[in-house]
Amino acid sequence: LRRRLGKSVSDYVTYVLREVVAMHEMKEVPEPFTSTDLVEIKKRLQALGYL
Amino acid sequence: MTSAPHGGKLVQIKQASRNSGGFGGYKKDQRLQVSREVVMTVANIANGVFSPVEGFMGENDYLNIIEQDRLENDVPWTIPLLLTTSRTKPQTGNLLLVDENDVPVAIMQPEGTFKISKREYAKKVYGTEDEAHPGVAKIYGAPETAIAGRLEVAVKPDYGEFADLTLMPRETRVLFAEKGWRTIVAFQTRNAPHINHEYLQKTALAMVDGLFINPVLGRKKAGDFRDEVILSSYQALTAGYYPRNSVVMSALHYEMQYAGPKEAIMHAIMRKNFGCTHICIGRDHAGIGSYYGPYAAQEIFKEFPDLGITPFFFREFYYCKKCAGIASEKTCPHGEEDKLSFSGTKLRQMFSEGKVPPKEFMRPEVAQAILKFEHPFVE
Repeated sequence: LRRRLGKSVSDYVTYVLREVVAMHEMKEVPEPFTSTDLVEIKKRLQALGYL
Repeated sequence: MTSAPHGGKLVQIKQASRNSGGFGGYKKDQRLQVSREVVMTVANIANGVFSPVEGFMGENDYLNIIEQDRLENDVPWTIPLLLTTSRTKPQTGNLLLVDENDVPVAIMQPEGTFKISKREYAKKVYGTEDEAHPGVAKIYGAPETAIAGRLEVAVKPDYGEFADLTLMPRETRVLFAEKGWRTIVAFQTRNAPHINHEYLQKTALAMVDGLFINPVLGRKKAGDFRDEVILSSYQALTAGYYPRNSVVMSALHYEMQYAGPKEAIMHAIMRKNFGCTHICIGRDHAGIGSYYGPYAAQEIFKEFPDLGITPFFFREFYYCKKCAGIASEKTCPHGEEDKLSFSGTKLRQMFSEGKVPPKEFMRPEVAQAILKFEHPFVE
């Protein structure tokens, strides 16, 4: 437990803040491709038998 | 909804064919020859496998990883991505990275050089300074100067015979969404599947929507299964024993570091970028020899509450003759003599004589897929 939370109040606060950051990261983020890219990706996945 | 990319951004570096004009006109001092491993790293950076990293790391990221297991911006990261070089002259203008045959790999915008302490690197990343460890030997053999820089353009990777079995993160993310999977567990492997692997995967699959089998292809040691054998044996297994809509297999081109716990975190980060929400971490994950405790790669996850991918921890599974089924030390009271196990040497001998292991150890279809290869092992 000590290793996990650290030895000081500051370590503990850092640990908790990182958990909070992680909860925000769970929110959806936009994918970095356009609708044209999406069509191309699906085409390749279909051609390879993945879809 | 798949997992958010690590650091909140799926990196996509511009890519072009190696014959395009953009890679021409670089003089000798503007070209830097890189190893096969660096070529793979470039492709992985360019395609977002190592998101949010966009190039080879600078000194701040390097030092932060060594000391804190995090990038400079506090994002979890445990093994630095370094481009070491024996050049000492400062680089002005862009640098063309070329492979061992002088073929273009990428254009990088240099951001300065710095020295690394090889001993400190070995100690912090591998937990040992023993030169018998392959990762330690590699860093000791590398130049001590690292050159940092963002990749501007990368050559589209050519995975040859494995191209059709290689998906990039943006493709798996679309694939998982199309399949309607919200929870996906990754399984990392560098071996042909035994029954115990199948049991572990199916146990994990029971708790999520889909299973992503992600064999690592790359340099192997003598006696390991060849890459094509691993893929073929997994195709035989999934075709015969998995519901079609519950599993996806794709190769990952990556050089194992054998860094045990530190590498387990990197494996999780890469699979998070592929869109996985969970990852299987078994006994001695990414370990070699006896450098790491059997469950050190599980313990380390406690230090990363913000990793953004959930590990499933497993003990070692095996077939117990007395239990007459797959068991683990958590579920089975019997001794070593009741475990059905084969050493790598014994297994290689069986296959070289055209024999197959018992079905309690390996599916017959998997064994037959291996036997189709005249030389299934790396020599």
